[in-house]
Amino acid sequence: MYTEKVMEHFTNPRNVGEIADADGMGEVGNMKCGDIMRIYIKVNEQDVIEDIKFRTFGCGAAIATSSVVTEMVKGKTLDEALEVTNKQVAAELGGLPENKLHCSNLAADALHKAIEDYRNKRVAEKSNLKETGK
Amino acid sequence: MAKIYLDHGATTPLHPEVLEAMKPYLTDLFGNPSSLHSFGREVRKGLEEAREKAAAAIGAEEREIVFTSGGTESDNLAIRGVARAARQRGNHIITSAVEHHAVLDACLGLREEGFDVTVLPVDGYGMVRVSDVEAAITDQTILISIMLANNEVGTLQPVAEIGKIARGRGVVFHTDAVQAIGNLPVNVNDLHCDLLALSAHKHYGPKGVGVLYVRKGTRLKVFNFGGSQERKMRPGTENVPGIIGMGRAIELAVQELDKKADRIRKLRDKLIAGVLEIGDVRLNGHPTERLPGNVNVSVRYVEGESLILSLDLKGIAASSGSACTSGSLDPSHVLLAMGLDHQTAHGSLRLTLGAGNTEEEIDYVLSVMPEIVSRLRSMSPVYAGQRRD
Repeated sequence: MYTEKVMEHFTNPRNVGEIADADGMGEVGNMKCGDIMRIYIKVNEQDVIEDIKFRTFGCGAAIATSSVVTEMVKGKTLDEALEVTNKQVAAELGGLPENKLHCSNLAADALHKAIEDYRNKRVAEKSNLKETGK
Repeated sequence: MAKIYLDHGATTPLHPEVLEAMKPYLTDLFGNPSSLHSFGREVRKGLEEAREKAAAAIGAEEREIVFTSGGTESDNLAIRGVARAARQRGNHIITSAVEHHAVLDACLGLREEGFDVTVLPVDGYGMVRVSDVEAAITDQTILISIMLANNEVGTLQPVAEIGKIARGRGVVFHTDAVQAIGNLPVNVNDLHCDLLALSAHKHYGPKGVGVLYVRKGTRLKVFNFGGSQERKMRPGTENVPGIIGMGRAIELAVQELDKKADRIRKLRDKLIAGVLEIGDVRLNGHPTERLPGNVNVSVRYVEGESLILSLDLKGIAASSGSACTSGSLDPSHVLLAMGLDHQTAHGSLRLTLGAGNTEEEIDYVLSVMPEIVSRLRSMSPVYAGQRRD
């Protein structure tokens, strides 16, 4: 039921783990439906994703989409990464079974949340700087 | 790579002797058993012999055996048939939360037709309490349907006791014995049941054929019309090769029960002990009152489908009650009814042993499982030690 590419990513997932001093972290899913994805990003001064890691609890599709999305956006700018959709992630894997398209195809959402988290932190940092006047 | 089949709860391979019994009926013996000529008569003889075998296997009379297309049809015919026939007497049906969907959905479907359905809870092992059944019976109760052995977690239900109570209260009692036959003694009189469902492919017979035992005097209102086959309870030309296969398969299942069940039970206990050693693994279902071939565990911090995929890559066939494999967004209704939380239910793994499994195969499974589990746990955001919250 899964494409070869899904099985390949499931068997040899890329960028598994976490980044201790991550600049942003995004988590989607919930235990009720049985998928939780967490993506960590490290962003450089040019707004480029220098490093990205994931941890996922879920089925084959959940693990493969997490893995492939990290490959798709590593080295990309945040704006470019924000354009990646769940649909594109599924397409990159050669498609997913119909019943997996909704519940297990959330990797791009996790990535977007990580970027949002990073940007929110930056805004907070800036306003902190202003308040302290330094 | 060796291929190891540990999904006998889903289906079993055809017994070679069953295939031999069926062969003539797929070739030379093609007549319609309802025909009066020699072609028909010869097939009729085979069909009735199959009926004798099925009856003998469960302590029934031949005329109490109705051949169907399998367990699902048997369950539906029993439940809907009784409900419709007994409508004037009452509208209350009792079943349990851990029934196979063929029973549960058939009962729940009757709610739409105005029936009142009580779905009894189970204990942590997935077992129905006899006292709950007794307490649920009202003067409106027309049917109780409780399975003999659970297909997911293997827990055996106190069916004989429930049957006795139902008999005493004058309530028709149906049991789904699809998983039980060939794994434990099944006798309709010991179980005090009025209806009992079987499926050939769960006991080394062919797919697409089953039995509904209907105790004489039990009234069913059928919903298919057309012919007088199977005493009008299942009209239509019979699935002759299938029925022949069912007859031989059930005969063998009963003959081989003792020596087979003991051997499989030993392998089961070895597999359970080995899997529990991995750590953070819990056994689902009753530790002793369970099917001899059933292993059902929840592997914490890991999702079931990814376990199955990983085992499949090692040649091992298994199943799970996770949402991904249940065909819905929720994990197994059986595991949830037993009180498991979602994470534990999603991490369930069912390994069901059968006649062909060997100790070497169990050793192999136990040799690859720890690595599979630790790999998936290393990827999991909910694994202890990696935990944020």
